[in-house]
Amino acid sequence: MIDFVSGFRNADNIKVLVEKIHRATTQPWNIMEICGGQTHSILHYGLDQLLPPEIELVHGPGCPVCVTSLELIDQALEIASQSNVIFTSFGDMLRVPGSHRDLFSVRAAGGDVRVVYSPLDAVQIALKNPEKQVVFFAIGFETTAPPNIASVIQARNLGLTNYSVLVSQVCVPPAMHAILSAPQNRVQGFLAAGHVCAIMGYWEYLPIAEQYQIPITVTGFESVDLLQGIYQTIVQLEKGSFSVENAYPRLVTQPGNRSAQAMINQVYEVVDRNWRGIGPIPNSGWGLRENFSQFDAQKRFKVGHIKTQESEVCIAGQILQGIKKPNQCPAFGIQCTPENPLGATMVSSEGACAAYYRYRR
Amino acid sequence: MPENPISSFNGPSCPVPLYHKDTIVMGHGSGGKMTQDLIKDVFYPFFDSIPLREGNDFARAPLPDEAQLKGSLSVSTDCHSVFPIEFPGGDIGKLAVCGTVNDMSMSGAIPLYLTAGFILEEGLPIATLQEIVLSMCAASKEAGVSIIAGDTKVVERGKADGVYITTTGIGWIPESRLIGGQYAQPGDVVLISGYLGDHGMAVLTARGDLGFEADIQSDVAPLNKMIANLITAAPDTRVLRDPTRGGLATTLNEIAQQSQVGIQLTETAIPIRPVVRTACEMLGFDPLYVANEGKLIAIVPAEQANAALHALQASPYGSQAAVIGEVIAQPQKRVLLRTQVGTSRILDVHAGEMLPRIC
Repeated sequence: MIDFVSGFRNADNIKVLVEKIHRATTQPWNIMEICGGQTHSILHYGLDQLLPPEIELVHGPGCPVCVTSLELIDQALEIASQSNVIFTSFGDMLRVPGSHRDLFSVRAAGGDVRVVYSPLDAVQIALKNPEKQVVFFAIGFETTAPPNIASVIQARNLGLTNYSVLVSQVCVPPAMHAILSAPQNRVQGFLAAGHVCAIMGYWEYLPIAEQYQIPITVTGFESVDLLQGIYQTIVQLEKGSFSVENAYPRLVTQPGNRSAQAMINQVYEVVDRNWRGIGPIPNSGWGLRENFSQFDAQKRFKVGHIKTQESEVCIAGQILQGIKKPNQCPAFGIQCTPENPLGATMVSSEGACAAYYRYRR
Repeated sequence: MPENPISSFNGPSCPVPLYHKDTIVMGHGSGGKMTQDLIKDVFYPFFDSIPLREGNDFARAPLPDEAQLKGSLSVSTDCHSVFPIEFPGGDIGKLAVCGTVNDMSMSGAIPLYLTAGFILEEGLPIATLQEIVLSMCAASKEAGVSIIAGDTKVVERGKADGVYITTTGIGWIPESRLIGGQYAQPGDVVLISGYLGDHGMAVLTARGDLGFEADIQSDVAPLNKMIANLITAAPDTRVLRDPTRGGLATTLNEIAQQSQVGIQLTETAIPIRPVVRTACEMLGFDPLYVANEGKLIAIVPAEQANAALHALQASPYGSQAAVIGEVIAQPQKRVLLRTQVGTSRILDVHAGEMLPRIC
């Protein structure tokens, strides 16, 4: 059986790459890793400690839990509180604070809130509980789109009328545009999210690299993957080139997974999305097409009127755009901790603040 | 005259209650004959001890001769609720005995007695209860402790996950022993008695909702005899603790707080079974935070570390024992992990429930 893991964590391979990066780096560079899983990996393995001081890693908004808008969280809480609803979600969402409470507290007050490992489990729950309305909180970047919409397709094929999804699907390229066109942007190179690209390919990044003249390297999650991605980005930066390169070829191709993309296109259409901490980004997410609107929980439960109230202290927005680091936030580790989070970036297992709190206090 | 609708007054007419011998019903918790019969038929054959046979609401139990009224009592109590109540490698009964035996033993005590309180859910099959009792009997025999007092209550269906068990243990700590989380000193060596993460992952796989199967057994076991050998080999052992809920990381943080020291671990030295590591990774769990029920952390002076390690490795429950780190003076109250490439990260206490990954 082929081992796809140990070589990519091998200490000798890591050492070789670190030396190559040191030799290649002659001046300061800021590189952003998009994906929250990459942020956690970097801090978990301490890879930033191995890099030359000239390289600054800036943490991007690639944490779907963190960027789900406060309105949607509050809508989720409203739906979950209803007595005939079974509200299902990925685990991390349970602790994300809404304006006043979170899903854990809704559960403690009697709401039926359940963690599922896959949205298809939520469909099974709907099948087994025909008298209840089952809602799945369909968050994520492009990576979770195929399983999320597979659940909708399955529900339709089963003729279920008690299953719906609360959609908060967001896309990476619009976020990159938003970051790169912001006046205070300091990002000079990108590590693109490997698992997003496994679905979408990396053809969408070619015009971005061209427009902003910025190198983009599709990067994985193991130590060797991350260092390889950083190395290739540094090489481009040092020589002034700005193309898109693939440092995760064992999983990613330029066209990506065509059948997944076709399926996404069948069920989803492009919509505007409000990114928590960043603000509205036009055409930055996906929502259900009209012919699937009967599965849209927002419409089914009529929760669109809910108003939101964000913490005044939380600077998650600046952190998600890479403008500040978590330990530069005055509330970090004091008012804002994983037990008592003020913002989503402290809650999620992919959030930058949670990563800093856990590994780097 | 209308026909008499009653055909006969002969035949059985006294509604004698059914004898519920297959399933727990509310009456088993009433304190009356049904409770007495349950205790006599299910518990007494296996929890056989003089104090229990005396039938009082208290147990009078002697201290060992060697105590001569010196030393101290070690007392520990633990509540157990686990779903499912039976899992690969054990069940809630074995957990209830071993958990309290181990907690007492971590003080350096010789465990002597246990009490066991049962909250039974209406509808629990008595056959299941018998299996749990048998399991407790086997575990307490292996540990050399007697179950000398107990209590049983029954709650309505839906108010307990089958059964909850609370055990309290009493042991005797010889006068010379001072073992506790507050005694770690800079320069001491940190040992673990074997593979981490087995119990937590065994229970998760037994719940059946992981989406994959994995051959992982709980490590639940009574450790008192291994501890006795350890203390003989390393008499100045400073700290003993079992990394149960919250795993190795949380337990070491507790010790670091109590002793006001730092602890530095070497990641590559920490033993984890490949199947446990893989199962954890698929879910996004960190094995250093997963519960163990048959492992101990020992912190000993450096000059006794080798002897301690060999004593652990000689026990069937310690064959994979390893040195995993050391106690340092600074930073205080911090646990640090040195990775295989020499980088360092904090190993913090977990905020709350461990939640599986998203993508």
